[in-house]
Amino acid sequence: MTTAIEVRGISKEFVLRHTRSIKEAFVWIVKGRKGDLSKKFHALDDISLTIEQGETVALLGLNGSGKSTLLKHISGVMLPDTGTVRTRGRVAGLIEVGAGFHPDLSGRDNVYLNGAILGMSEEQIEERFESILEFSEIGQFIDTEVKFYSSGMYLRLAFSVAVHTDPEIFLVDEILAVGDEPFQKKCLSKIKELAAAGKTLVVVSHDLDLISQVCERGVLLEHGRVVLDSTVDDAVSTLRSRH
Amino acid sequence: MSTINLTTPGLGGGLRDVLRSRYLLKLLVQKELKVRYRGSILGLLWSYVKPGVQFVVFWFALGIFLGMNRNTENYPIYLFSGIVLINFFSEALGNASRSIVGNGGLIKKIYLPRELFPVASVWVSAIHFVPQLLVLLIACFIAGWKPGFAQIAAGLIGFLIVALLAIGLGLFFGAVNVYFRDSENFVDMLLMIATWASPVLYSWTMVRDGLFDAFGAGAGQVLHTIYQVNPLTIAVELFHFAFWMPTTTIGVTDQLAAVPANLLDLWMPIGVAISVFVILAGQFTFRRLEGRFAQEL
Repeated sequence: MTTAIEVRGISKEFVLRHTRSIKEAFVWIVKGRKGDLSKKFHALDDISLTIEQGETVALLGLNGSGKSTLLKHISGVMLPDTGTVRTRGRVAGLIEVGAGFHPDLSGRDNVYLNGAILGMSEEQIEERFESILEFSEIGQFIDTEVKFYSSGMYLRLAFSVAVHTDPEIFLVDEILAVGDEPFQKKCLSKIKELAAAGKTLVVVSHDLDLISQVCERGVLLEHGRVVLDSTVDDAVSTLRSRH
Repeated sequence: MSTINLTTPGLGGGLRDVLRSRYLLKLLVQKELKVRYRGSILGLLWSYVKPGVQFVVFWFALGIFLGMNRNTENYPIYLFSGIVLINFFSEALGNASRSIVGNGGLIKKIYLPRELFPVASVWVSAIHFVPQLLVLLIACFIAGWKPGFAQIAAGLIGFLIVALLAIGLGLFFGAVNVYFRDSENFVDMLLMIATWASPVLYSWTMVRDGLFDAFGAGAGQVLHTIYQVNPLTIAVELFHFAFWMPTTTIGVTDQLAAVPANLLDLWMPIGVAISVFVILAGQFTFRRLEGRFAQEL
């Protein structure tokens, strides 16, 4: 097997900064650095994790356990304080899809912009445009500004762009909870299709039933530490029994 | 399948990545232009109207009220060639400094070369610069402008100095702005100074004579050298050399009254060197700070 994602002993400390102006920082220094200017807390605490190509991994845990932070480290949005993260091939995040959408641009412009943000070339976007449009079921509204879209339409288009980026590693963060049921099913089957095609999937979700359908392996996080790394059913039942 | 190697995500190649993502840069610039002029009747015409009004105000106040028309030949062209360059700098640096915080929503969710945002801001300003340059060129031709190779080259290098300077400072202040929002206010102040700290409204000889009168020859010389080292001063003077000087008789009879001595062989290389240094320093700071953008925004 080939390693797709290798996380080695990463820790991340968040600074809860109380001040945002030079004035306050200056006053603090002049007063002899009394008290803490900022509070710190460990979002990730010495996490190691190796994911092979083609694995489907669920990250489980309560709010604030560090799941999304870990995903952000894998995608490269955040860099760890200590430890290393390495990935093989292109990583695409279905992390809060639609982050790159601009409300004042038309659906078509947004497909191109978001596609390029997610790392597609001009030719790739043009080649896949029809397919993106078809999957999103947006139809004639593609040339309407997306601020007039319903939240469901917005999401469908954003998801459609994201799944068409064709990366080796997919990071999915809490997106399956939105959209109407037929579209949810469509997304789910698309994600299963990606898994079957040998893509690596890392999924964060609080929908435990859904996650056990999609994933095989489950990693349970608590206060920024891995407490269990096993099958998804084990992880789900442990999470349920603990709380 | 394992032909691709394991790589560390989130470590970009800085400005080199921007060159690699030219298509994304193009789309970001298009987005900016579309969004800015959405719902506006005049659209891109605003980039003619604003400098036009500004020009008329300065021309009345300085040219007529303060008498600059009398002691500077073709003062309107002198004035406008400096104004267009400073306008470009102000817009580019102002927007670049806000670009990281402004695109925070995107930066903390998806990894992409973040240098793209300041560079796109400067690019958009360069697009707004073009119509102003056209107006300037028309005025120059009416006044009998016949440029040679040296003039064209000086104009291009003057523009280049300002563009590099704006990207470099934009990277620096854009990154610092994530941590301290004071940064954008500081930039506003800096831009206010920029119009007056380069010979846009007055001529360079007034600076020299004024400083010598006020501080004596020794200190005046030092202060004037400091004034002259400012890359914006050099760029504005290059624009004067390129666009204004060929339309005047003073450019032929007494070039030293028009632009400082050694403009092309000394000050121009200094200006280029300083702006290259600024862009390297800006990139360095940006890379030091960008690791924590996602959590600070």
